[in-house]
Amino acid sequence: MNGRSRLHAIIGCGRFGGHLAGHLARKDYDVVVIDADERAFDKLPLQFGGFRVTGDATRMETLRQAGVERAAVAVVATRDDNVNMMVAQVVRRVLGVPRVIARVFDPAREALYHGLEVETICPTLVAASECFALLAKPETARRSAS
Amino acid sequence: MTKLRVLLAAEGQLAYFLGRSLVARGARVTVIHPDREECVALARRLEASVIHGDPTDPRVLDEAGAGGADLVLALTAADERNLAICQHARRRFGVARALAGVSDPENEDVFRRLGIDAFSPIRFVTCLVEQRADFGSIASLMPVASGAVNVADVRLAPDAPACGAKIRDLDLPPGALVGCILRGDRPVVPGGDTELTAGDHLLVIATPDRQRAALLRLTGEPA
Repeated sequence: MNGRSRLHAIIGCGRFGGHLAGHLARKDYDVVVIDADERAFDKLPLQFGGFRVTGDATRMETLRQAGVERAAVAVVATRDDNVNMMVAQVVRRVLGVPRVIARVFDPAREALYHGLEVETICPTLVAASECFALLAKPETARRSAS
Repeated sequence: MTKLRVLLAAEGQLAYFLGRSLVARGARVTVIHPDREECVALARRLEASVIHGDPTDPRVLDEAGAGGADLVLALTAADERNLAICQHARRRFGVARALAGVSDPENEDVFRRLGIDAFSPIRFVTCLVEQRADFGSIASLMPVASGAVNVADVRLAPDAPACGAKIRDLDLPPGALVGCILRGDRPVVPGGDTELTAGDHLLVIATPDRQRAALLRLTGEPA
């Protein structure tokens, strides 16, 4: 088996990162989770079978220790947009991970990524568009859907 | 000549002292600082514009006039913030020059690979310490022209090979010369016949690649 093809690196083990890591591990992907705070790993499911690395992901030393350069996919979702923007670029352009997805809360900052080979998810815009979609539905349709 | 417009993101005393130093050199300075009270204090003490806000926020950079800046200096305490500031400045506002300070020396190279000029104060100081450790006779060393040339102040010990030698017989490598001799309190502009004696301070001007060989010939160090 090609080790590169199955490893998923999740950087930032908050509610989103922890949930995603647990989900991927259940799907039998190799998963490594990085967070600066060891207590963050409490958010992983009890039976989580992946690796946990405690450290600051803005440091190459931490990324190397976690073997991120071997990953097929990296998802960067710490609570800090600036950290996510830096780490995503380092992982994509310095370590050469083929697919990198970064979470960025602030739509104004997210624009920076255009042309930087990093895919982004902006929860603010996602939630807003979900909200618009709900509002567009007639009330009766919502009632019957629930 | 129009004034150089500098946008400075820094905290604590650095914001004040660097801001003051840039103003004294004729720059038009704008400081961005996240703390409101610090902003008030800076505005009182500095002949500079002070903008309160998060310098990593593109809206704040816009308000601070990033679009018209010649140079952006990102010297906050966090490497990722400095990268964000420089990238917004370069990519969004088209600023010609942006420089990021880094705490982790390894990020100096990482930032350059991401297209952002960076420098590590730790690497800079370590470099100075190393050069002093190698040559105990160097009293001070000053890089000039971004490190293209070094000026070293070298004291000749009594056992130095250059003691008693004439300048023309020193056989210094090309790219190195003795620019001035301080003998006691007296400066001596050396000619070919000038003889060096113990206790002389030599101002040695050399390119970095020749400096080691030049100092070795003069002082005999490192042993």
